[in-house]
Amino acid sequence: MRIDDVLLDDQDAGLFRVHRSTMTSEEIAQVEWERVFERTWLFVGHDSEIPQPGDFKRREVARRPLIFVRGEDGAVRILLNSCSHRGAEVCRQDAGNARTFQCFYHAWTFNTTGDLVGVPGKDAYSQEFVGAPDLALTAPPRTAEYRGLHFVSFSADAEDFETFIGGVRRYLDLTLDSAEVLGGWEVLQGTAQWDIKANWKLLVENSIDCYHFATVHKTYEAYKAARRAARGIKSGKASLGPGTLGVTSDAGHGGFIHRAEGRPIASSSTMWPDELNAETARVRALLDARFPAEDAAEMAEKSRHLLIFPNLMFQDSATGFRLRQIWPMAAGHMRVVQWELAPREEEPALRRGRLDNSGTFLGPGGFGTPDDVEALESCQIGFGAREAAWNDISRGIKRDTPQADDELQQRGFWRAWHRMMRDGSSVVAAAGAAQEVAR
Amino acid sequence: MSTPHDAQSSFPRAQVEDLLFEEAALLDEWRLDEWLELFDEEARYVMPTTDLPEGRPGQDVLFIDDDMVKIRARVERLKSRFAHREYPVSRTRRMIGNVRVTGTKADERGRTLVLASANFVVYRIRREVAVYMGRYDYVLVATGEGLRIRHRKATLDLERLEEHGAVSIIV
Repeated sequence: MRIDDVLLDDQDAGLFRVHRSTMTSEEIAQVEWERVFERTWLFVGHDSEIPQPGDFKRREVARRPLIFVRGEDGAVRILLNSCSHRGAEVCRQDAGNARTFQCFYHAWTFNTTGDLVGVPGKDAYSQEFVGAPDLALTAPPRTAEYRGLHFVSFSADAEDFETFIGGVRRYLDLTLDSAEVLGGWEVLQGTAQWDIKANWKLLVENSIDCYHFATVHKTYEAYKAARRAARGIKSGKASLGPGTLGVTSDAGHGGFIHRAEGRPIASSSTMWPDELNAETARVRALLDARFPAEDAAEMAEKSRHLLIFPNLMFQDSATGFRLRQIWPMAAGHMRVVQWELAPREEEPALRRGRLDNSGTFLGPGGFGTPDDVEALESCQIGFGAREAAWNDISRGIKRDTPQADDELQQRGFWRAWHRMMRDGSSVVAAAGAAQEVAR
Repeated sequence: MSTPHDAQSSFPRAQVEDLLFEEAALLDEWRLDEWLELFDEEARYVMPTTDLPEGRPGQDVLFIDDDMVKIRARVERLKSRFAHREYPVSRTRRMIGNVRVTGTKADERGRTLVLASANFVVYRIRREVAVYMGRYDYVLVATGEGLRIRHRKATLDLERLEEHGAVSIIV
């Protein structure tokens, strides 16, 4: 099967189907690197992770070792973590504060802005050699910062970041603005990192899939009911309520939006003690004072589960605000990194409530994530049944106003993915039923 | 001459080992209601993330930070048909070693609190084998009915969860 044919997108018939070879073919996984990840914008880190000059985090982005560092000049940089001499990593710690990065192999030394500042036995080189700009640590072709979020592109001709993010910018801004009344967002310590034996796109779909919540996550609702019962409050039937929305954009960004109680930024929860709810009311008043009423209401009352194409989840929900990045390791294997953010000046009690909400549902030890992991691994196993070749993603395709639990947002992701995958000189074969490869 | 152990505590290690070994057996046999009976009502069960073993509950992100309401919900969940990663349940096998009593103190009600640590290796077998290894830190409370768990911290030595996928069992 050719890559052109792996999507069946028939609006008139109300059908949207994705061929499962997109999840199982190593050939496609390889071409994804070239045509998707090498051509787009990818998240690297948040300002707050490296507050002081010399602070650094080691990152791996699109299979490249990177240093995310605040230089001695105070500017945030993204540097390729590879010595200009022979290639060894010049930074071999995950995080820290450094004045210089010294390669342990031959002790070439770089400062925090990437310049080569030391070479043992300089007299063996010409005078012009040491200090030559091309011996500095290499910077990626493109970098962009959006309100503290740092992105990189390894394509010199990727569209500019502002254009790239345009379709969902309002939603990002609502979340990013909301913590301004409490000193802005900061990334908390403690990162969840876990692998799933499934294709990475399954977690992209799952993270913006509201439809599965009621079926997969019953035990989380049961826990919430137990919490309410401990406060003498009876739980009604779980419902999304009115005003839910699915959103998408040409670039593939999208997600779902719904009203939720217990959003730790500023909405009360039937599970929380009165003093926590009083604190959310106080923050709500700050939002109302600072922002237009409509925006303040959106910030406080509505959850936004968004994908920033291709692999960053931007999730601002009742279980907190987190960034989740999803990397393919192989067709049937992904690696997940998840950072939690909170307002810098959040009251300690509310911080505890936020972390409790978050940890209880999301993350490898929660009451939700393990079951999502199981679902995705089960899908991947199911894909072994090659004669059953197509996934259906048609839900809500004929609806005028897309609901949160429709699949508009997943279709948007797949359309953007498919457009990028088709944009190449050679025709890619999807190694499907017969595993044939004919590039 | 006193040993370091004597200097810190006179509480018999064998009693602590009995509790930890019994707990491991209950968990391996999925006798989770009986496991719950080992806990004091004020108990907590915590597991830091793999990148921050020193993670502070309430300030940092942890994999697990359970009070008794959540510990019970965790058990109810695991007993139901809806903890999908554990339905059907995985096989587990726990090895507990290097049990040490590291100190004793009195709680606010004058009961003896016993501080203990141990190493663990927990195998989880379902589809493939995943191994969780690390260190337990316990605070146990001596009651009329024997030792009960007041605080149970499981710190993983893993750099990340790989074939594990999640922490779907009680480690």
